[in-house]
Amino acid sequence: MASTMIAAAILSFFVAVGRAVIDLLARIGRIANFAGRTIARAVTPPYYPGRFLEQLAHIGWFSLPVVGLTAVFTGAALAQQIYTAGMRFSAKSTVPAVVEIGIVRELGPVLVGLMVAGRVSSAMAAEIGTMRVTEQLDALTTLRTDAYRYLIGPRLFAAVIALPLMVLVANAIGIFGGWLLAVEKLGFNSAQYLTVTRQVMKPVDMQMALVKAGVFGFFIALMGCYHGFTAGGGAAGVGNATRTAVVSAFVLILASNFLITAMVFG
Amino acid sequence: MSHKPKIELHDVAKSFGGNAVLDGVTLSIPKGESVAIIGQSGSGKSVTLKCILGLIRPDRGSIKIDGEEAVGLRGRSLDRMRAKFGMLFQGSALFDSLPIWRNVTFALTQGQRSDGRHMRKIAEENLERVGLDARILDLRPNELSGGMQKRVALARAIAPRPEIIFFDEPTTGLDPIRADVINDLIVSLVDDLGVTALTITHDMASARKIAHRVAMLYQGRIVWKGPRDRLYDSGNPYVDQFVQGRAEGPIQ
Repeated sequence: MASTMIAAAILSFFVAVGRAVIDLLARIGRIANFAGRTIARAVTPPYYPGRFLEQLAHIGWFSLPVVGLTAVFTGAALAQQIYTAGMRFSAKSTVPAVVEIGIVRELGPVLVGLMVAGRVSSAMAAEIGTMRVTEQLDALTTLRTDAYRYLIGPRLFAAVIALPLMVLVANAIGIFGGWLLAVEKLGFNSAQYLTVTRQVMKPVDMQMALVKAGVFGFFIALMGCYHGFTAGGGAAGVGNATRTAVVSAFVLILASNFLITAMVFG
Repeated sequence: MSHKPKIELHDVAKSFGGNAVLDGVTLSIPKGESVAIIGQSGSGKSVTLKCILGLIRPDRGSIKIDGEEAVGLRGRSLDRMRAKFGMLFQGSALFDSLPIWRNVTFALTQGQRSDGRHMRKIAEENLERVGLDARILDLRPNELSGGMQKRVALARAIAPRPEIIFFDEPTTGLDPIRADVINDLIVSLVDDLGVTALTITHDMASARKIAHRVAMLYQGRIVWKGPRDRLYDSGNPYVDQFVQGRAEGPIQ
């Protein structure tokens, strides 16, 4: 008797795990299908250059202040930490090198990705989700306009292009933040600091940062658009879509960041 | 009014997750006629419209537009079929990121950049048809009242001069006077433009005013159809209960 109950419990555990795995795979499939359809439609006419530029401004230009602030503070904090830690090993000269590596390879792309995901994935999910529940997406279709071309494509491409540009800016500002603190507070020689930074920086650092940024941009827009597009059930549905979009964009950014780092330097 | 059917539904069925919303709808609408489908909320009225528009694919049955099968159309032929339709959505569904004039002309530009002056002129003409003037051209939808939004949505639906117009609960959310203004507008547009119209509503006053014929949908089937004058003496217990708004009767 007891053994059949245990067997049933084990079975139901496997059923639950199996169902969760199948759900996850189905979801990934649906998202991949959504992305594939968007790209396939967006590369064929009609094109919407106006919409694309509008999104570029939304995603890139208007995110610059917050990204710049994040970068300058992080660069300065990083310099301070490495200086303090380096004192113990009398290795404070590593400050410019570690700031450069930390910012360009990791923190620049990740922080830009997270900040923009917070701003943009949520906004996209909320906007497109509201369009879904107020039938604006159906209206687009009846007015013979393809939502993938008109709404999703411009967002996806704009994000993939905007993020690398923003990471360039954030990396520069992050290094500037570290330099500023090192020179003004820690007594480093400005010229020496910059020379070391230049010596340490390798093309691969920047290339990897840009690839990461492009991938993050893709995930940011994809999560925002997909969850908005599939939102249902009124205001609560849009709220859910927004939350899921931001959380899943965060997770994808952090996970893909690790994978890319591991592939390049592993 | 010719007798050739503009829209012909035969045995259309659609289920969502085991719940049969449409269970064999058969309905024929001649060219130039205005038909209203009445029925309770959730009786499948909206799903019927969305099936005809190709927004939802029915599980079975046939939908013919001008004698051409519409179910399963794709790409260019679906696009060509959709060009025949205009739709007035229940909540107006205006694009709130665009000014009124670009909303009204959206079917013509499909959201692309275009000759602004020409499009504004077209928007102005269509707004005039629904009793609005050029002062609102540059406003956003959220700056207008619900009744005005409905009229703008009407202008947007008629701007490409469709052959068929669908009205989804055109008077819902409007006070009785504004509702009657919309009813009058629909009647005059249908007459002037010579379109075939299909309205779904649970507003009896509206159905009687704008439709030539009325069909009642109950549990996914058409249980009655007849001329609008027969609505109150149909002899059909479902229709009687519905038009009189009684809680007791065959409809539970």
